[in-house]
Order: sequence, then C-alpha cells, then structure tokens
Amino acid sequence: MTLHQLSLTELKSLLDDGKVSARELTDHFLARIEKLDGELNSFITVTAEQARREADAADAARSQGKAGLLNGLPIAHKDIFCTDGVRTSCASRMLDNFISPYDATVVERMRNAGAVMLGKTNMDEFAMGSSNETSFYGPVKNPWDLSRVPGGSSGGSAAAIAGRLVPAATGTDTGGSIRQPAALNGITGLKPTYGSISRWGAVAFASSLDQAGPMAKTAADCALMLQTMVGHDIKDATSVDRPADNYLANLDKPLAGLTVGLPEEFFPATLDDRIATLAREAARELERQGAKVVSVSLPSIGLSVPAYYVIAPAEASSNMSRFDGVRYGYRCQDPVDLMDLYKRSRSEGFGAEVQRRILIGTYALSHGYYDAYYVRAQKVRRLVRDDFVRAFEKVDVILGPTTPELAFPLGAKKNAPLTMYMTDIFTIAANLAGLPALSMPAGMIDQLPVGVQLIGNYFREGQLLNVAHRYQQATDWHRQAPAFGGE
Amino acid sequence: MAIDQDTVLQVAHLARLHVSTEQSAALAGRLNDILNLVDQLQQADVDHIAPLAHPLDADQPLRDDVVEPADFRDRVLPLAPASEGSCFLVPRVIE
Repeated sequence: MTLHQLSLTELKSLLDDGKVSARELTDHFLARIEKLDGELNSFITVTAEQARREADAADAARSQGKAGLLNGLPIAHKDIFCTDGVRTSCASRMLDNFISPYDATVVERMRNAGAVMLGKTNMDEFAMGSSNETSFYGPVKNPWDLSRVPGGSSGGSAAAIAGRLVPAATGTDTGGSIRQPAALNGITGLKPTYGSISRWGAVAFASSLDQAGPMAKTAADCALMLQTMVGHDIKDATSVDRPADNYLANLDKPLAGLTVGLPEEFFPATLDDRIATLAREAARELERQGAKVVSVSLPSIGLSVPAYYVIAPAEASSNMSRFDGVRYGYRCQDPVDLMDLYKRSRSEGFGAEVQRRILIGTYALSHGYYDAYYVRAQKVRRLVRDDFVRAFEKVDVILGPTTPELAFPLGAKKNAPLTMYMTDIFTIAANLAGLPALSMPAGMIDQLPVGVQLIGNYFREGQLLNVAHRYQQATDWHRQAPAFGGE
Repeated sequence: MAIDQDTVLQVAHLARLHVSTEQSAALAGRLNDILNLVDQLQQADVDHIAPLAHPLDADQPLRDDVVEPADFRDRVLPLAPASEGSCFLVPRVIE
C-alpha cells in the first residue's frame, strides 16, 4: 500500500521501525499536494521549505534518541491557528497579509512533539460557514465528488485528509466545524470537551463554544494527536487544569458494560431513511460487541439551532471588533476620517456571511433586545445542557447521525443561509453543552460517505475514542478512499 | 421583532460596517429570516432558569499579578497598515 493510504498510526510505526524517514514522508505528501491540490483547493498556504527543514530536524532528533510522540509525522493546521512567520489568514481578505508573530499553543505543542507542518488548510471565512464556500480563497472541493462541498468550516483539513494529501490535520469546532466536514469526507474528527485544548492563538469566533480538535483517518490517529494537543495553558483563561488522560492506552478496551443512548430527537421523521438506517446499524455493531443500546430523550435539543444563532453571532460580533484596520490586517484606500477607515476597512475586508453574523450579534446585544435574545438564548443553553446531564445518568455515550444529509452540490445553499444553518442541527448541541463529540465514517450512500456522531460525558473523550476504535476494528468504512488522486 | 432598513443602518453603524441604503433592503430581508428562526426561543419556558454563560459553569480563574516584559513592539508594528516610529498611524482625529 502506498504511503498516503496509510493511517497516521501506521506511518508512525514505519518511522519508529526506521522503514521510512520523516524527510521521505514529507517529500511524498508535498508531491501529492503539488500535483493534486489545484483541483481540491484544500490548502491556503503550503510551507514546503519549512516542512523539509522540520522533517530533517525530526530525523536528526530521532537519530539522537529524542523522538517525540509525533516525530516526523506530516500534518496540516487549519488556517485559524497562528503560526509564527507564516501567513494566518482565517480565509479572510481581512488577514490576507497577516504574518503571525507567534505560534498558537496547539501549533507549539504539536511542533514540540515532532510533527512536521506541511501547510495551512482552507476553511470558511473566520470559521463562519458549513460548506467552505465563504473562503476568500475560493471553495474547497469534496474529493469524493468534485462538484460537491466538503462541508465546513474545517473543510480544507477534511478534504486534504480524504484526498490523501496529508494524513492528519487540526480543526476547530464551534457548532460542528470538525464533525460535519469529517462526516462528509469519510474521515474521523473529534471535538473535545470545552476547555481541554488551549484556544490561545486560535483566531476567536465564539469564545464560549470554540474548541480545537484532531481530524484524521481513524480514531486511533485522533487519540495520538489529542495526546499532544490537550493540557492546561495559563494563556487561555478557559483552559481546564486537570491531568491529561492516556487516550492511547484505553483504545482497545472491550465494550461490554457500555450503555449507548439513541435520542429519538436525532431520528426525526424528516430524516433521510438511509442515513437513519446507517446510524442504527452502527449502534447494532456496538451491541454485537457487548454494549447495551437504549433510547433517551433530549427534549430541548430542537432549540439548539436558534440558541446557537444568537449566542455565536453575539460572541462573534464582540470578537470581530478587534479588526479595525489600524493595528494589523486590511485597511481601505484613502480613508477620509477614522470612522470611514473603520467602516470601509471592515466592510471591504469581511465577506457577506461574516458581516451578516456581526450585524445579527450586534442587534441581539443592543439595548432593548439583550434580554429577549441573548439572555433567553443562554437560558435555553442551560436547558440543552441539563438534557444531556440527565441522559448521561442513564447512558455512557449518545449516538446518532452527524449530519442530516450527504455532501451537497457546490452553490446549492450559497444564497440560502437558513438551510445552510440547518446542516449543523445534530452537532450544535454538543457545543452549547461543552461536551466531547466525535464523527466517524459509518457507511456510504450514492458513493458518498456518511458519518455517525458519538457524544460523551464531560472529559470522556477517551471513551469516545475507545468506542470509535472498537467500531473501526470491526468495520472498514474508515478505510474507504475516494478515487480522486489515484491509488 | 422585525428589522427595517433604518434599523439595519443603525446596527451597521454600531458594528462599524459600511452598509449603503441600497444594500440595507436586501440585508433587512436576510436578517429577518435569521430572526424568524431565532424567535423559536420565545416558545421555551425559561422563567426559572439561570442563563448559562460557560458550558462548565466555571468561575473566572485568578493568577498572580506579575509584571512580565512585553518586548514585542518590533514584531508587532511592522504588521500595521501604517506606522511611524513607535506609533500606529490613523487619519487625523483632532482638528
């Protein structure tokens, strides 16, 4: 099997056994990117020279017996993470010229573990979108069908992994931005518990919802990455101070004694039957391995999307106020005064979806509407959280479809923001509640991948990875590769 | 709670976005679509529910207030669209 078809874990074994060097791996994947990304558009910036230097350094470190957990493994970072000396654009004209003067904590930790960064992946502008069509650099294509979207906002990371241009990448997830593209590209992606991974250096969208996470071919690969990504960081006030679990050690744990809950709200009558069937089949596989499957109810979950579209834009409108055309980023030509500079720099620098969300957020936070919208949404957020707390008294893991539909054609929802928002209907609740959630490949419909979502209790991402890994030991959906790019 | 064109212009001003009168009509329609979705929140019975600002209900952590060197001017100023000496340049504010 060729190198690019292997999982991150398999590549690590080859490196550990001296069967391949970091430099060979890096050159192999850089050649794939060079040859194929013209079609996918999954990278905004490719850092080839830096990657070769990092690979050589990784090989040197290994020869001195100083190989970290990710030594020599090629990865990519979503272009939302600041990378010292490398453009960090957030897929926005606003930051098209922004060369970050520092590394995000996630970037620093993975580099310290020996990972080699091949480049920065495309995304929806400031992570606001579910199809990757809001990127200033143009849409990413889905490698399973180039006429379809890869999902978003971490669509570049997902498409690059599925297209075999990179074995693993980072993403961020505010309302489903890791899990939805993972599902639509047939890969595995994890949003950990809120606060597990430092947000320092990740450009903020909605700070009480944003969480970084790993994206890769398998759950074991995600565990490998997560092990280096988690941990307390004094630079992020919401970073949780607790000892890291050993995610790798528990991957193989048998599922006997596990209780899986299927929420009826994740299987509405309107759901595509074929998707519902695949999700139920995934539950049956866990049952075959000794898990007990029961039904649970999350009655407030229907209000997740409306609550999210108050809270996320409100926080975004506040976070986006830092882009003022003064200290960094885009500035309009010939401003007549300071107000003109602010307004034109922002309206020319931000795309339409970002401006819509800033306007909605500003409105929801404005005098006279704050209680009706923002405070009410925060109260509903507690109802959603409490539903999960009650469910987790009965079950260990909640299972359902990740998305209500397959990857849709490019342009199909571009002028219909509301139908776009509904693609995150099953993923948003985990962000509101701050719970860990994972999407794994669980079938194919019309030659397009389908994902199943597992939601776990707080800080139980290790259990999610364990369940997904056991599922992947018994199935081969995660091994399916698109015809794109050849064998 | 529908938004009209004047409200769009007022909110755009608060958000420091340039929106023309022509754009405001289309934007009002789009924003009202979103508000119609959001208005489902009015159905919820939340009279005795406290707002949840942080998913883990965490308190603000405190750390020691220690002076640390912040010697990054030389790395930060070159990122500015316009700077001179140790200052960011903006159009004249005081006549």
